[in-house]
Amino acid sequence: MTTTAEHTDHGTHDDHAEHGMSIMGYVKVALILAALTALEVATYFVDFGPFFMPVLLVLMCVKFFIVVSYFMHLKFDNKIFSFMFYSGLFLAVGVYAAFLATFKFFTA
Amino acid sequence: MADAAVHHAEHGHHSSTGLSNNKLGMWLFLGSECLLFGGLISTYMIYRGRVGEGPRPGNVFDIPFTSVSSFVLLMSSLTMVLAVAAAQQRDDRGTTLWLTVTGLLGATFVGGQVYEFTAMYNEGLGYTTSLFGSAFYTLTGFHGVHVTVGVIMLLSLVAIIKRSNVPGDKAEVVELVGLYWHFVDVVWIIIFTLVYLIPT
Repeated sequence: MTTTAEHTDHGTHDDHAEHGMSIMGYVKVALILAALTALEVATYFVDFGPFFMPVLLVLMCVKFFIVVSYFMHLKFDNKIFSFMFYSGLFLAVGVYAAFLATFKFFTA
Repeated sequence: MADAAVHHAEHGHHSSTGLSNNKLGMWLFLGSECLLFGGLISTYMIYRGRVGEGPRPGNVFDIPFTSVSSFVLLMSSLTMVLAVAAAQQRDDRGTTLWLTVTGLLGATFVGGQVYEFTAMYNEGLGYTTSLFGSAFYTLTGFHGVHVTVGVIMLLSLVAIIKRSNVPGDKAEVVELVGLYWHFVDVVWIIIFTLVYLIPT
């Protein structure tokens, strides 16, 4: 006997509806990631002035969440998976931000 | 009853939520990996300026070379997601093709890392040369080991699928290996920015 939830989760392997992305969709996401990487590398060769650091950090975060949301399917999957991953991620960010602060990393 | 046995054989055991226990376990593992790499990255950030008598980061990093390596790893995420899509469509030929391509791209990245380490060592940056060297090799080395384990898992999966007589029954396993592979990629996205692109 199977449940409705199991059918929803595994019932349609013949299309991409369960993850909301087509092959072309994945290719488009990859092209966006490639463009963002090229922009990141450009900051090494072109002087972005005071925007250098914010641009790099924003690009890093955008690339991170694109891969996690679309390639790892967190955007389309059950929210429990998002909770498990982001709990670890935000715990790590909080713990190590505090750790770096004790070493006066942000003020030096 | 027989249907239930077949369903379990194909998709593994499920929890009371209707979700796969294997997938829950993988996400929990990836969440814990954030803490591992968070510690390594934080340690590097603190020690990256402690170069002692050794070379500085800007003197040993080859940004164009590492950019190409990063691009290779990024594209391996595309081929991995294509492998997962093929596995969900029960297309064994497509699955093995994309898994193999992903493995080869991963091996290329690891080869590039070995070349990079060798070049850095020849320029005077050993593991114990400075705190910067120790923190750098530990962080990127741990990541390289993760990529290597991923390559082994990918190629093992190809062998398993090729030996299997039942087509399309490895979709969840391919998805789990894919999650691990994408995680390795997102960790590199962070390392590439914080370690290589942002100067000391």
